Amino acid sequence: MQYFYVFLVGGALCAIGQILIDYTKLTPARILTSYVVAGVILGGLGIYQYLIDFAGAGAAVPLTGFGNLMAQGVRDAVDQYGLIGALMGGFTAGSAGLAAAILFGLLAALIFKPKDKS
Amino acid sequence: MPIALGRSTFAMNRPPSILSSAAVGGKKEGEGPMAQWFDEIQNDTTFGEKTWEKAESRFQQRACELALKKAKMAPEQVKLLLAGDLLNQCISSSYGVKELLIPFFGLYGACSTMTEALALAGLLGDNRVIDPILAVTSSHFCSAERQFRYPLEYGGQRPPTAQWTATASGAALVGKSSKPPYLKAVTIGTIQDLGVHDINNMGAAMAPAAAATLLTFFQDTGTQPHQYDGIFTGDLGQVGTKLFYQLLAQQQVNVTSIHQDCGCLIFDQKTQDVHAGGSGCGCAASMGCGYLMRQLEMGKLHQVLFLATGALMSTVSCQQGCSIPCISHLVYLSTDPAPVFQGG
Amino acid sequence: MKLTPQQYDAMIQKTVPATQSGRTIPAAFLVGGLICMLGQGLTDLYKLFLDQQQASTLASVTLVFLSALTTGLGLYPKLAKFAGAGTLVPITGFSNAVTSPALEFKSEGFVLGLGAKLFTLSGPVIVYGIVTSILYGVLYYFTGLGG
Repeated sequence: MQYFYVFLVGGALCAIGQILIDYTKLTPARILTSYVVAGVILGGLGIYQYLIDFAGAGAAVPLTGFGNLMAQGVRDAVDQYGLIGALMGGFTAGSAGLAAAILFGLLAALIFKPKDKS
Repeated sequence: MPIALGRSTFAMNRPPSILSSAAVGGKKEGEGPMAQWFDEIQNDTTFGEKTWEKAESRFQQRACELALKKAKMAPEQVKLLLAGDLLNQCISSSYGVKELLIPFFGLYGACSTMTEALALAGLLGDNRVIDPILAVTSSHFCSAERQFRYPLEYGGQRPPTAQWTATASGAALVGKSSKPPYLKAVTIGTIQDLGVHDINNMGAAMAPAAAATLLTFFQDTGTQPHQYDGIFTGDLGQVGTKLFYQLLAQQQVNVTSIHQDCGCLIFDQKTQDVHAGGSGCGCAASMGCGYLMRQLEMGKLHQVLFLATGALMSTVSCQQGCSIPCISHLVYLSTDPAPVFQGG
Repeated sequence: MKLTPQQYDAMIQKTVPATQSGRTIPAAFLVGGLICMLGQGLTDLYKLFLDQQQASTLASVTLVFLSALTTGLGLYPKLAKFAGAGTLVPITGFSNAVTSPALEFKSEGFVLGLGAKLFTLSGPVIVYGIVTSILYGVLYYFTGLGG
């Protein structure tokens, strides 16, 4: 049953993105940015955690989950270090994903060649 | 000297001929319905080069070589080369033709470059002093995507109005000869901008430019569409073609029975997944210098108006929110040297 | 009669083919949902050895890796053509947005090409994500909002 909720919530978040692609002039980069910002806000308001509890990776894997992670990180850092934590938490929480994207992006770029499409 | 008909149409006094023309296409173009009209298909679209830009240059170089070979001419015999392409500072042309060592003028007219070059070749060739003149242009899907859109490996969906940049090049040698087809008149387009901002709907942006130039030609020459047996636009695609017809209909002009669009011809709409059709300098160039010229040479078409259309925006102007200014230049090609219009 | 941009825009709207949302939205739902299920599967697998947070992080890293690999192989854009937002919205889409310019701009050199262009598409995500998180951190410090 858990996996059904994962599919449902993850799929729904993607379907919203598709509606934005089909019916607005928003570019993919703008949609991604909006998702992360929305995730930070929903995470900050404490709402997103309910979705994570309910759907696990269905809420964590979409980029809103990445935003939620940043909000969480900021909260933890402020608890620990005070106001300066506001500058630390976002990157700390997102660090694994970011570092992995940079590392694997670099490696893929080194190994592969761009290909023509058809 | 050319004779002025109206403000922007010029009829040749001594019309130069298209001495030869050649078209080179990529893999996808070779899989399309127009494959047989290409002189050469390059299945390796890298052309053995390390970058897409260099590959595009090679397409242009190859088209020049083939056109010269057909006319049995050496590069040293050519007086002027007119070339352009889509890339910043027209590097495909500069790098593609540099080894030919032909006196060179670089042009930028986006996808209208083929008829811009042919129009200039006609106007300059009429005097029989600068003779012959080689006109060439190209586009490459990969180099254009990189510059104007997204990296090739980026996962994205194209909207149904998007067009597919052709990987192709076309070259035509213009000079004096007693053999048809003749380049009899040109209409120089004005920039048209009806406020289209959507970079994924170039056909809609360019249709007003094609309509304006065609109407100007009819007005300046006092002729009617039925006096021609072919009207070829550059790369309006499916959407742009429909809008082109609607714009002409508003002026009570109907060309649907004789009109074809290179962007609709080059790919198969059903099987090749190109959405609204082909585009790019190479689209009009390869269809014009391949299919269209062969039709004229074989006598299947006699009186043809060829007007490529170009969208003159840049990535900077797009990001700054400017609408897309467009242009179209027309050349009148005919198998008959006699003028069809009064006073021409 | 001169056409105004507004009149022409109305003409365009009547002429352009409709987006095939009947196909694109279910496709996005399906593929996006499946990618999330893969993420859940990986998390559950890693939980056999790690705690919840570490497992979740490692699952994200695995998805990022798989996306970079399939981007390099040219498979991710093929899936994306079908899936649209289904491959854009998950963290794999972020990874694709990092890998694809890195790969594409390698031809302009390792520093100014690959290195500088790596964040061309994904940079805004980080900029606005971080700035929003800082604002939230300040707000949280003073109000305890969401704590």
